[in-house]
Amino acid sequence: MIPVESIAAFTLVQTMTRAQRAKVADTAQEVSFAARKRLFEEGGHASGCWLIRSGLIALESVVPGRGAIVLQTLGPGDVLGWSWLVPPNRWQFGAVTMTPVTAVELDTGRLRTLMDADPELCCRLTRGMFDAVLDRLQNTRLRLLDVYGSPRDRVSSADASTSSSASER
Amino acid sequence: MTGAEVSSQPIGNAVLDRAGLDQLVELLISEGYRVVGPTVRDDAIVLAELDSGAQLPTGWGVDVAPGHYRLRRRSDKAVFGHSAGPQSWKQFLHPPRQRLFSDDGSGYVPVEDDSPRYAFLGVRGCDLAAIATLSTVLGGTDSRFARRWNGLFVVAVGCTEPGGLCFCASMGTGPAPGPGYDLSLTERIDEAGHRFLVDVGTEEGAAVLARLVHETATTAVIDDARGAVAAAADRMGRQMPPGDLRALLRDSRDSPHWDVVAQRCLTCGNCTMVCPTCFCTTVEDVTDLTGEHAERAQRWASCFETDFSYLHGGSVRVSGASRYRQWMTHKLSTWHDQFGGSGCVGCGRCIAWCPVGIDITAEAAALAQHGGTP
Amino acid sequence: MSAAAVTPAASADAMLPVPYRVVDRTVETHDSATLRLSPVGRRLPHPNAGQFCMLYARGIGEIAISISDASDGTLVHTIRDVGAVSRALSGARPDALLGVRGPFGTDWGLDTAVGHDVVIVAGGVGLAPLRPVLLGVMRRRAEYGRVTLIAGARSAGEFLFRAQLADWVARPDLDVELTVDSPAADWDGPVGFVTEPLGRLDVDPAATIAFICGPEPMMRFSANVLLDKGVAADRIRVSLERNMQCGIGVCGHCQLGPLLVCRDGPVVDYATAEPLLAVREL
Repeated sequence: MIPVESIAAFTLVQTMTRAQRAKVADTAQEVSFAARKRLFEEGGHASGCWLIRSGLIALESVVPGRGAIVLQTLGPGDVLGWSWLVPPNRWQFGAVTMTPVTAVELDTGRLRTLMDADPELCCRLTRGMFDAVLDRLQNTRLRLLDVYGSPRDRVSSADASTSSSASER
Repeated sequence: MTGAEVSSQPIGNAVLDRAGLDQLVELLISEGYRVVGPTVRDDAIVLAELDSGAQLPTGWGVDVAPGHYRLRRRSDKAVFGHSAGPQSWKQFLHPPRQRLFSDDGSGYVPVEDDSPRYAFLGVRGCDLAAIATLSTVLGGTDSRFARRWNGLFVVAVGCTEPGGLCFCASMGTGPAPGPGYDLSLTERIDEAGHRFLVDVGTEEGAAVLARLVHETATTAVIDDARGAVAAAADRMGRQMPPGDLRALLRDSRDSPHWDVVAQRCLTCGNCTMVCPTCFCTTVEDVTDLTGEHAERAQRWASCFETDFSYLHGGSVRVSGASRYRQWMTHKLSTWHDQFGGSGCVGCGRCIAWCPVGIDITAEAAALAQHGGTP
Repeated sequence: MSAAAVTPAASADAMLPVPYRVVDRTVETHDSATLRLSPVGRRLPHPNAGQFCMLYARGIGEIAISISDASDGTLVHTIRDVGAVSRALSGARPDALLGVRGPFGTDWGLDTAVGHDVVIVAGGVGLAPLRPVLLGVMRRRAEYGRVTLIAGARSAGEFLFRAQLADWVARPDLDVELTVDSPAADWDGPVGFVTEPLGRLDVDPAATIAFICGPEPMMRFSANVLLDKGVAADRIRVSLERNMQCGIGVCGHCQLGPLLVCRDGPVVDYATAEPLLAVREL
């Protein structure tokens, strides 16, 4: 367990009362990792949640022929590890530190027991997780927008059969 | 006329008769001006070069309504008894196409403007305000416009018979012409004959008047003319809704009404072509087939064109609703932000020449009804 | 005419380009290049950071390109090939003649940021108009507080000024964070949209002036991140872009509501820009 003040700044526990925060802090410990340390593998049993204090962590997936692709980088303030909350509790991607990392690691087994026993804590923690997921989703959608793409890349199927000057000015 | 003389004294108001008007045209031509005024052509009142006052549209009037314009015969011989035709004076000051420069391989050579010095005969209050508006927009940066504008001689006309679509009174531009004319005429046809009260606006105007056969205007004549023009203000065919139009359009960006107008608007751009203040242009750069000779020209453009707002592979304003909103909001609202006044002079041309008869005053009223909430 | 005669601008014909020669061309990415231009005869006024010039490819056309550097009378422009004119310009080789008009528009107002923390957020080719901001700040580094550059690009190969970026990353007096949208094997740096490192940035809202340039959605979302951190909208500056043909406020194409982007922009504070960018098809 760690002092409640030391997790107070994380968004995950922002809406909680001090008492609720203290219960979460009870399940927490400060951890640090060297660079290139694997935290978990894709497909593994999802247990553990990290609130990143410093450093960068890569979420990755292995694609045959392309190797390990970094899908997302998480940094200070981000929450690593969501799948512990949702069945089938399997990690969707792997996580590897890119730089030395310090974080607060939450014991998600104890956290789940806490949440089952205290519905209000459960609600607030879930809302905190939702906040993290929403932020991630919005940023992912922005990447899907491909805002940096060139108009030349956006030739429609109708244009594709004519010359490329169809989209030129 | 009796007692007429050519005066060498400073001139206040004067009266010209019909022959005096012809003499004015002759005099301006002899001074080297290209005189442009209303004529009848192609079943419309068309602004064209005058060789003499005989070419003025004697006894012609117009019937106008939304999407409707017809000449009709008057019972008198008035020459200014009609309202805004399909063109405006902007085609002479800001021509539909202008070459800007050419390059034969030895550098960019500007194409000098060879426009003649124009004398405009028959400029209504609305159109006079439009000319001033154009000079605000273009005068400081477009040297060719500035040259044409500086060389102008303007004979304005005070309106006594507003057309069915006129709303100059709403826009503060008429029916009496504002400042900016050299001479201004108010046409009167009564038992005393066919005469024109002359107001002098500038020294150039006074100098021209001094060389014409004219009479001094009596108080009765002046009062009668003033009264006729003032009365015209109460007989406007249209009017804008009361209130601050600039704020109304600014606060109507999200109004559902734009989609309603869009169902009728063809985005044909007629309104922008006939509008005396629409000034937008598109720049065209071309070469000949060998690539040795390059040229730049500018041509009239319309914000209704689908690629007017082209950017990064597509246009910003795609829908008809957004393009109509752009035109109307610019004309009545953002023009103030950009140029310090309204872009609309209340001439009514956009209403007459809209093929589906959209009426800008009715659309403003509809927006006002929707509350104009930001 | 009765009114005072209108006098046109002293510099003859505002639509007439001035010939400049390409003295240097640097390939930046697969579809962009940086040109250094030197005047053949008449030299145009020195541009401020944030301003743009109209660049003319003979017989093909003319487009607005922001200044990405300027010194000793030469002009530096980075051009991405997205159409016929930009293809011709970005492909122009040393010794080629181009026509230039300008400089036009509002500038980034670097002088007003003296004494503040500076946050620069660049998306894609938006880094080009922002480079003069960073260079200007670094020339007088001691006069500014914390200086942060966050640059996003589609992928590793699409960053502009890669050699210079590497220099800046190495400087202890600059905080530089790069991020890419698309993961790839040749990149071992952060992956995520530019708003992600921006979101993690610790800012002092009252002391910060932010400069943002890139595609419009990227600017909007980046500005929102800063607003959420408490930075006032009038301390956030964006560079807007619209169809520009004259650059001098007479063709009408560049309108964004009440703004003529060539004259009232391209640099505009976010308090002015936000309500306009929020309206569809304005």
